[in-house]
Amino acid sequence: MLAFILRRLMQSVLVLVVVVLLAFTMFRFVGDPVNQIVSLDTPAEQVAEVRKSLGLDDPVPVQIMRYLYHVVQFDFGISYQFRQPVVDLLAERAPATLELALMSSLISLLVGIPMGVYTALRRDGFFARLFQSISLIGVSLPTFLIGILLIYLFAVTLGWLPSFGRGQVVTVYGRWTTGFLTVSGLKALILPSITLGLYQMTLIMRLVRSEMLEVLRADHIKFARARGLTTHSIHFRHALKSTLVPVITIAGLQLGSIIAFAVITETVFQWPGMGALFLKAVQNVDIPIMAAYLMIISALFVSINMIVDLLYAFVDPRLRTTIKN
Amino acid sequence: MSVPVLEIRNLHVDFKTRHGVLHALNGISFSIARGEVLGVVGESGAGKSLTGSAIIGLLEPPGHIAGGEIYLNGARIDGLDFESMRHIRGKKIGTIFQDPLTSLDPLFRVGEQLIETIRTHLPLDEKQARARAISLLADVGIPAPEKRIDAYPHEFSGGMRQRVVIALALAAEPDLVIADEPTTALDVSVQAQIIEVLKKLCRERGTAVMLITHDMGVIAETADRVAVMYAGRVAEIGPVRSVVQHPQHPYAQGLMGSIPPLDQHPSQLQQIEGSMPRLSAIPKGCAFHPRCPLVIDACHQTQPELRASGESFAACIRAGEAA
Amino acid sequence: MAQEKTSGQANTVQESLWSRFRNHDLTYQFLRSPITVVAAVICLVLILSAICAPWLATMNPFDPKQVLLMDANIPPVWIEGGDPRFVFGTDDQGRDLYSAILYGLRVSLAIGAGGVALAAAIGITLGLMAGYFGGRTDAIIMRIADVQLTFPAILIALLVNGIVQALAKGSSRETWAFGVLILSIGLSFWVQYARTIRGSTMIEKNKDYIHAAKLVGQPTVLIMLRHLLPNVIGPTLVILTINMGLAIITEATLSFLGVGLPPTQPSLGTLISIGNKYLFSGDWWIVTFPGVTLAIFVLSINLIGDWLRDALNPRLQ
Repeated sequence: MLAFILRRLMQSVLVLVVVVLLAFTMFRFVGDPVNQIVSLDTPAEQVAEVRKSLGLDDPVPVQIMRYLYHVVQFDFGISYQFRQPVVDLLAERAPATLELALMSSLISLLVGIPMGVYTALRRDGFFARLFQSISLIGVSLPTFLIGILLIYLFAVTLGWLPSFGRGQVVTVYGRWTTGFLTVSGLKALILPSITLGLYQMTLIMRLVRSEMLEVLRADHIKFARARGLTTHSIHFRHALKSTLVPVITIAGLQLGSIIAFAVITETVFQWPGMGALFLKAVQNVDIPIMAAYLMIISALFVSINMIVDLLYAFVDPRLRTTIKN
Repeated sequence: MSVPVLEIRNLHVDFKTRHGVLHALNGISFSIARGEVLGVVGESGAGKSLTGSAIIGLLEPPGHIAGGEIYLNGARIDGLDFESMRHIRGKKIGTIFQDPLTSLDPLFRVGEQLIETIRTHLPLDEKQARARAISLLADVGIPAPEKRIDAYPHEFSGGMRQRVVIALALAAEPDLVIADEPTTALDVSVQAQIIEVLKKLCRERGTAVMLITHDMGVIAETADRVAVMYAGRVAEIGPVRSVVQHPQHPYAQGLMGSIPPLDQHPSQLQQIEGSMPRLSAIPKGCAFHPRCPLVIDACHQTQPELRASGESFAACIRAGEAA
Repeated sequence: MAQEKTSGQANTVQESLWSRFRNHDLTYQFLRSPITVVAAVICLVLILSAICAPWLATMNPFDPKQVLLMDANIPPVWIEGGDPRFVFGTDDQGRDLYSAILYGLRVSLAIGAGGVALAAAIGITLGLMAGYFGGRTDAIIMRIADVQLTFPAILIALLVNGIVQALAKGSSRETWAFGVLILSIGLSFWVQYARTIRGSTMIEKNKDYIHAAKLVGQPTVLIMLRHLLPNVIGPTLVILTINMGLAIITEATLSFLGVGLPPTQPSLGTLISIGNKYLFSGDWWIVTFPGVTLAIFVLSINLIGDWLRDALNPRLQ
């Protein structure tokens, strides 16, 4: 088991190293770090001096090591547009994104899995067909369009919910602010998290459905039927467990991508999160923020992947034994 | 004669497809007495497994019973509602499938699966069920059952898994076991052991067995009587000794001729020309007539009924002529 | 008797091409699924109207000379204040929305098709190489694919966009936005093709006809393109269809986020983005009509893709 974790850890570190190299390339060659310091009217010799003091004349490997050294201390440089350390900008906005992602994940799992199971078991039923059709519409509608639709319906027309922002937030610890503790914060969370969760929800529903249909045809389910087990036990004990094993992996990846998809939702709802910051960075060619966002998202994905793998081993006894050996 | 455990009368199974209705089983009749082992042989596609599925009420749509009757201990069971049928499956009729590697649920311990099956059909508590599960595992010859009961299926070898499957099939002391190619997926060296276990346990309990296989060797060893199936019909049925040694139906003759005898070295094994017709193209009259060496004009016209011939019953106008 | 049987089979095989097409399982299943037929018709109509946009449109929304700012934000014809010249109303620049949608559809379609084609080209090439050469080539290509698969396409597209923007500093967005969108989509979607092609290549390359081609001394590139490719390309059809919908969504999303096409050459996404700004002032039509067009188009494509996947999956028959 330990060897397995170590091996996965090594692989993850490798991926992260590649990402850091990519980020360095962006930081150093696509953008120009000197931009962080000088302004347009700085004289040429002063620019050269800054260049030298930043170590940009050193050999590239030295620069890479220095970059890595900074990165592991969460020093991602200074934003071109805000003239502030990137890490502060990200830290300030991280809670908004994470709370949004958490709510969306919960929605997509808690609604998506039961709906998938239902549509698989009642394959030809009216509601199953209805859900299946709705899910296809869900996959076909771009996230931003769903967001706009919800805003028009619930904010503009009905006026029930706010159309933008996080509402009132409370500082919990250090820079961590939460919208969970106020009524306006919770109300502000509803539309964005539905928007963000809907696409993943339909994906998870469709995935659970097709996986469950596959499992219901499997030999061990046929044998369970031949043994006269109750339909309830066959569906919800045997078939569901087999279904959830592969679903865990993909659902994990989907949840990881929720954080990335937050870029769109945050833009539609003017949600003050990391995604909106990243988009602004792309629009204004703010390379340090782009590089930092890339690394943070990668780190998140890699950790989610690791957790998913461990969870997988926890659920599937076959894998547990292979890992043990 | 007392009431047979299983009696099938003129069973028809149809599949509705877009090309029309396919008649997969076309008037099957046979019965199995208490404690008897009936071997069912035939090429793949002859309808052997389908008969098994029809008996336990688990035909996969679009397959459905289109006619005939199935009786279990004298009571009719075809057309029962799902819940009544469920109480028969596992309790009255145990089933063993071909592939032990995929028959067991990989995510549950062997014991959990046994206990669940036992408690579904018998009024035992968890502890009693577990004790019963351990003794069942011991019966099928699994060493150290009190330890192995908590293992997962993948921790067993193929042969051991098939023993577990047998234990599951016998968990509620059924009157009939349908064993669908129980040894086909196993190593040759293990096959004999599995058949031995099955035979012994069923004899001890007086359980009737419907043994579906295409292995004539297994049939000759195990069965009391044998039914030879061809294209959804019973071609010949009778005591195993007489069918093997004096087959009456030309198809059965061909089938027996294709088995290499142990005591002599024939220069060439017999083989049956052609192949079994597809379900969509079963010829009129006797389904075997295009391949039959004894074909006469009448064979093109009427589908022959089973009739006594020698010690068996054969569905052939010219039964017994060429033996 | 055996002969009699084979001749009977031959009769059933000898069918005209048309009846073979008509009796083909795919055709049968297609006609049996009315929703798919409707989706296919809608798709065809939308694609044709996108291609014929210059003839169907009442004006060219890309031509500043034809656009008058005084015509801005006119509601659709059936609403008070509507103008018979603009059936679906106008946007904030005074562009006729009906014409803008036709041209926008054209742009969306072109970028979607271009992006998917690029993705398929990259993916199929790398997949063929990985599968055929194996070893280190395979390891490197598939590791890259693995890493990339963990990132959502939209993120990669955004990154590519940001990098190009940084490199193309100074030059106007109009000149490169189109190409960059195709590049972004191509680089985001290639992995699926590579994986599928690699899998089937690894099976096919060990078959006799490939060995034979090698023995005859045909050059590797020729073997890969002429013999291997036609035999492994089948399964990518479904991916192609489903990706088409995704690519159009991605383009629309990028344009909506303001890193796609500029407002001077609007795609459907750009139009929706413009409309979104006027949603609160009640000018609902600017966002609605492009949005509905986009949704219906993508939905139709996905319906066809969904059907195709089920129809080609032998296990579901």
